[in-house]
Amino acid sequence: MSGGTGTQVGIVLDNVRYEYPNGVVALRGVSITMGKGETVAIVGENGAGKTTLAKHLNGLLKPTSGSVTVDGIDTRGRTAASLARLVGFVFQNPDDQLFQNQVSREVAFGPRNLGYAADRVEKLVRWAVEQVEITDLLARHPYDLGLAQRKLVAIASVVAMDTPYIVLDEPTTGQDYPGTEKLGRLVARLGSAGKTVMAITHDMEFAAEHFARIIVMAQGQVILDGSPREVFSHPSGLERASVEPPQLARLGQLMGLGECILNEEDLLRSLC
Amino acid sequence: MDIVIDSLTYTYPGQAAPALKDVSLEIGAGELCCLIGANGAGKSTLCCAIAGFVPHFYKGEMYGSVVVGGVDTVQRSIGDLARRVGIVFQNPFDQITGATLTVFAEVAFGLENLGTPRDETRRRIEDVLRKVGLWELRDRSPLELSGGQQQRLAIASVLAMDPPIIVLDEATSQLDPAGTRDIWRIIARLHAAGKTLLVAEHKMEYVARHASKVVLLQGGKVIACGSPREVLGRDDLARCGVRRPPFMEIMRGLTQRGLWQGPMPLTLEDAAAVLKEVARR
Repeated sequence: MSGGTGTQVGIVLDNVRYEYPNGVVALRGVSITMGKGETVAIVGENGAGKTTLAKHLNGLLKPTSGSVTVDGIDTRGRTAASLARLVGFVFQNPDDQLFQNQVSREVAFGPRNLGYAADRVEKLVRWAVEQVEITDLLARHPYDLGLAQRKLVAIASVVAMDTPYIVLDEPTTGQDYPGTEKLGRLVARLGSAGKTVMAITHDMEFAAEHFARIIVMAQGQVILDGSPREVFSHPSGLERASVEPPQLARLGQLMGLGECILNEEDLLRSLC
Repeated sequence: MDIVIDSLTYTYPGQAAPALKDVSLEIGAGELCCLIGANGAGKSTLCCAIAGFVPHFYKGEMYGSVVVGGVDTVQRSIGDLARRVGIVFQNPFDQITGATLTVFAEVAFGLENLGTPRDETRRRIEDVLRKVGLWELRDRSPLELSGGQQQRLAIASVLAMDPPIIVLDEATSQLDPAGTRDIWRIIARLHAAGKTLLVAEHKMEYVARHASKVVLLQGGKVIACGSPREVLGRDDLARCGVRRPPFMEIMRGLTQRGLWQGPMPLTLEDAAAVLKEVARR
């Protein structure tokens, strides 16, 4: 299905195996296809291979064997810099990323670096801060902001690059409830704009409420892949991955209900 | 009372608006008090005021008083206050000295600064490292630990100085679920051992389960202070930027429909038991 023809839309991982130079095998035969406009949460405990997987999506890492193609382009032949037009990547720690003295300059850096004209850069900055809902922060210095807001700035600075694929590593870390809801709306907006959003997350409520698809990883392999309802209906697989289901799903399990509970309606239906 | 805050108004240097506005609060000895509220509500500033970083480190303009373990924080140095109040920050990286080569030496750092005798220092380090589950890793570099392990190391370093009051400022916010569970297990054990704890936390499931008292902050003001049942049951919780645990939302729905009149369950297990009961009727 891959083959570097440039016609295949989407990200395709075909039997990807990755071994770090120190001999640790972080991915053991991962095959996933992610299409246009999909919203995908990648979950699993620390060490399951989530970040290693994510770093394959933009060519920061190249598979030891198997292949990764982005819109038909094999990442092995490309540098991470050239893939940056296709895949935006937001690191877990915003401080690994932020370096400008004003939010507006920070957000403009990515599109400017891609060589876009000044008026397009300006439009993209405005659009990105609206998507992330941080228009009020444009004039601020990133390091005058709290960690949670800096993270939103880091996200906006990648969104502004207008890539068809966006990878978010632990976006909700340190966010309060309004911040998490902002990110949920961002995922929905990007998805409906036809962008593919992939997020690594430990926050199962966030994964269940804002993503159409959840991929569960354990020990370098994909062990579950489906809608939140499908994935959270497999307690044994989740346990193997040390993933705790969302609170209401756990409530349903404690009550001994057979079906997967994700919201109030599910629960009321199963009670009646 | 272990902590008495009276009409505290505090403004950071160069800021126009105060970060805390007329905050008055009393926290008893042995209490596990959780601070909740949106980012920017004043949780961290309040934590820093209790540890004396406000105003000693941050300077700024402070009115009112903070009395901790009987002493007024303004009258004492941060060093002196460190014997009474230990603080654990959001990011363990901000806390770890970077000046030590092993986990063992890291915990020794605070004790050495306090001039604790050598044998006593060794004894206390072993004790606290066992308590936080890092004794086996005592010869590792602090920088080689995972985020969760680093946060447990930060807690151990504070515990070693044996302060009666411990403040944790969003100590779990950068951690994964397993790391969060580990920290809360330690918090619950410290509470059972009689420490006074002040814990700023966004993860409401833990607040509901463990807090003896909850303080809700918004825009630098105390909006509510009471039992977890009272504060987490408030109608204006979401407006204050706090999400009620989803199981509590369900229980409120049942109460509003007249299907359940009893007290609000505070744990998932209790909620499951109540719901089974409701389903039987």
